[in-house]
Amino acid sequence: MAIEIKAFGLLADITGSDFSVIEQRDTDSLRQLLAERYPALSTIHYAIAIDKKIVSGNTLINETSSVALLPPFSGG
Amino acid sequence: MKLHQWHYFHLFLEDRIYFAPLGVGVHFFHSNHLIINLSSNDKQRYNRQITLQNFGESAQQKLLLAKVLVIGAGGLGCPALQYLAAAGVGTIGIVDDDTVSLSNLHRQILYSTNDIGLPKAQRASEVLKLLNPDIIIKSFPYRLINTNAFELIRNYDIIIDGTDNFASRYLINDACVLLKKPLIYGSIYQFEGQVAVFNVQDENNSPSANYRDLFPQQPNESEVLNCSEAGVIGVLPGIIGTMMANECIKLITGIGNFLINKLLIYNTLTNQIFEMDITPKEETLHLIPANEAAFRSTEYSFSCESAHSFEDVGITDFLKLMKEEDTVVVDVREVGEKPVITSFEHINIPMSKLKTLKLDIPQKNILVFCHAGVRSVDAALFLSNGNNKVYNLKGGIVRYNIQ
Repeated sequence: MAIEIKAFGLLADITGSDFSVIEQRDTDSLRQLLAERYPALSTIHYAIAIDKKIVSGNTLINETSSVALLPPFSGG
Repeated sequence: MKLHQWHYFHLFLEDRIYFAPLGVGVHFFHSNHLIINLSSNDKQRYNRQITLQNFGESAQQKLLLAKVLVIGAGGLGCPALQYLAAAGVGTIGIVDDDTVSLSNLHRQILYSTNDIGLPKAQRASEVLKLLNPDIIIKSFPYRLINTNAFELIRNYDIIIDGTDNFASRYLINDACVLLKKPLIYGSIYQFEGQVAVFNVQDENNSPSANYRDLFPQQPNESEVLNCSEAGVIGVLPGIIGTMMANECIKLITGIGNFLINKLLIYNTLTNQIFEMDITPKEETLHLIPANEAAFRSTEYSFSCESAHSFEDVGITDFLKLMKEEDTVVVDVREVGEKPVITSFEHINIPMSKLKTLKLDIPQKNILVFCHAGVRSVDAALFLSNGNNKVYNLKGGIVRYNIQ
């Protein structure tokens, strides 16, 4: 199973706006995998939303979950 | 979230503080004695919104009694200000320390070409007074920092963050949490925008989510991608700034649903809209200074945007900008280079000495030039410190017939 991921803002410039990764159990392992695959991500703070809920701390990812990566924007 | 669950906010009338139930609002609070009677002029000016079902004269009265502070009169601030002033928000404060540049005009639609070099807070206020002379508009032409934020924010009911850097955003968020002020947040990156309503108190005085529940820590300097001019299409801040004004009007009048505990993301290229839930977290409060004194001594690093920012200008703007107050023109050519410039006042700091002199140029605006516009770029980068505004004469003095 793969998890579908949607990236926003400058993260999408790095990963593409929609991509998938092999299933990860939780957000910590997802972050680690992404940092390995996209080294530029390791220097950027971003929030993760699972099923449209922003999560904090390490959170389980179900195989049917939708995952979004949200960077802060500063532009105005 | 329906507003009746979030119904207390501070309403400032003259110097007296009322705790007015928001939503059912001013009308309820003063049900036997309305403080503001709409004049016939008001009834005409605001007719098309008063006519709306669920709006009516009571919503208009709430708007006229409300005080909204808009921080940043740029891409987001301009449309927000225009709609709030047009809708009859009774008191609007505008905070911005910046001046109008030519490259602002594709999105900062309160300003025109003649305004280049003028302070945005002042120009915005003048334009809005023409739009609606019946409301109070106050301009604060300086930067919101931790030593003045409390004094400014304290006097308003709702704060709108239209700034363009992380330091300001975290500073404003923390001040609003400490002062229990609802904060309307908007931010843009290229073709995407974010909108949220932070820190609205519920009936138990518990605040809704704030910016730090979304992004706990201020991003560090290595993420300057955000701060650098990544480019933006003009209508995006127009849309997001208008959404911010919409949330503000709904919050004041108590109609509709709000982006409380929610982050809305809009993409102009795909027309997709996403809404994400945000949960207020106990641990977030530990990231916020404990009180006003702690806030005043907190370092909100503005270093991110100070990282090498200057603006290229042509000769017309260059000559116009040098007439501004608190401005110095710096020639970074070596001694003896020609032509010798006598037509405008300037100081000469040769590039070969600039970096070793450890200069502290006190003026807020610094205009630099050299022969061909190459050394002056280096000088502009060096002199930019985040608190000043540095302009570089593009192409150098050689391109122009100036002596």
